[in-house]
Amino acid sequence: MAIDAIQKDLLEKIADLHDVPQGAYNIRANGEAAARSTTANIDIVTKTDKPGIDIIIKAGTKNESVHIPVVISQTGHTEMVYNDFFIGEDADVTIVAGCGIHNTGDSESRHDGIHTFYVGKNAKIRYVEKHYGAGDGNGQNVMNPTTVINMEEGSYVEMDTVQIKGVDSTDRVTKAVLAKGATLIVSEKLMTHGKQNATTKFEVDLDGENSATHVISRSVARDNSTQLFLSNVNGNNACNGHTECDAIVMDNAVVSAIPQIKANHTDASLIHEAAIGKIAGEQLIKLMTLGLSEKEAEEQIINGFLK
Amino acid sequence: MLELKNICYSVDTKDGVKNILKDVSLKIDDRFVVITGPNGSGKSTLAKIIAGIIQPTSGQILLDGVDITEKSITERAHLGVSFAFQQPVRFKGITVHDLISLAAGEELNIGKACEYLSEVGLCARDYIHREVNASLSGGELKRIEIAMILARGTKLSLFDEPEAGIDLWSFQSLIKVFENMHRTIKGNILIISHQERILNFADQIVLLSDGEIKKIGTKDEVMPLILNPNPVCEQIKV
Repeated sequence: MAIDAIQKDLLEKIADLHDVPQGAYNIRANGEAAARSTTANIDIVTKTDKPGIDIIIKAGTKNESVHIPVVISQTGHTEMVYNDFFIGEDADVTIVAGCGIHNTGDSESRHDGIHTFYVGKNAKIRYVEKHYGAGDGNGQNVMNPTTVINMEEGSYVEMDTVQIKGVDSTDRVTKAVLAKGATLIVSEKLMTHGKQNATTKFEVDLDGENSATHVISRSVARDNSTQLFLSNVNGNNACNGHTECDAIVMDNAVVSAIPQIKANHTDASLIHEAAIGKIAGEQLIKLMTLGLSEKEAEEQIINGFLK
Repeated sequence: MLELKNICYSVDTKDGVKNILKDVSLKIDDRFVVITGPNGSGKSTLAKIIAGIIQPTSGQILLDGVDITEKSITERAHLGVSFAFQQPVRFKGITVHDLISLAAGEELNIGKACEYLSEVGLCARDYIHREVNASLSGGELKRIEIAMILARGTKLSLFDEPEAGIDLWSFQSLIKVFENMHRTIKGNILIISHQERILNFADQIVLLSDGEIKKIGTKDEVMPLILNPNPVCEQIKV
């Protein structure tokens, strides 16, 4: 199946892809496999029992990347995809996922995905996920990504998620279980506008000794949009947990942050920080004294905040 | 040239109207003019009125003969007013390079941005990509604030207590920055300061007290008034 211009544009937005990527990839367009490539170390296999793929990364694979973008340009297309990642011991790879929807029709287009990671001993991954919606129809763009991360001893996962435009409704869930010495760093950037609605929920179990997590969520809510941030970090051993929710609220938007940290062990050290507020007046004034209009100043502050 | 004509600024408090500035008239046409005076004398308010952050209750502000009293902060910035804050603002995600480029009005290459940072004694390599957030010290932010004014290069540069928080970097370096600035930009530099060493280098000193101008003159004329203040109260002496 060929990739058309709209799908190419979506690919660029979500995966910075101008052409077919280097290394292993699997491109899913309107529910069908559009292109796939595997390498000696990275295999991609279509699931037989349900929609989705298995991505199998051999132990010791270094400096390779896997791109698995999903694009939907057909209005009314809904799908539920299960992708499982098996990352071998000592591997060090980058995984780029993401979903772009271009909906010009009146029906809801929806992508629900469950990504499950099995991260082997001492493996290291960087997981990048971008979500983007476009289209001038009345149909809603809906994305509900669930990420489940099982981390073995000494493994390291860095997860960057970005959703800054065009997704009308999203319900994001990220769950992780960390073994001894494992580290999970999550950075989430979110912007909602219009009547959009976003819920994001983190559930992290720090089971292993000296496991650590750092979850940072930065969001901007504009117009009449609503956002709900939920985080739940359980310290079940001697561990370090830090969650941070930082939101800019504008216009008539509503943002809620409900953090929960629970120490089930006396050596668990857990911190939560949450801040919600409008753009500081002094920031606007400073940029205006540099010659920017109030609107331009606002854009600069938001762009920086979500960078 | 900046001209202030009969500037008054008052605010409503629960104890009635408080007059912060009382009929301040002033012409600024020298290279370095320093406005000084005790805490609460209205110095910072006057600076904010010049930059357009505060609107005066009455009076007129002229920049090169053009009435800018009703102009916005942005319009004044375009007309050639720069303002270095007493307490620099922090931004999450915006880098030193971003801010200096915004100040210059164009995307600066690293070399050019480096020139401005070197001028204020910062090694560009260490700072250019840093976020202007809480990870920078007060002194570092203050120097970046000054570097932004250099990058703007406008005909009026206003500094509200530029020396505050600049610890290890010497006053001499700061004064050198002002001198270089005047040489290259050739505008007026207006500094709000308590610091004797900055007063010593002023061409003109404006002494403000309780919202009024007590004296305008050279340092020889004004310094005696500053160095012989009212007798200190007994309690402070003990």
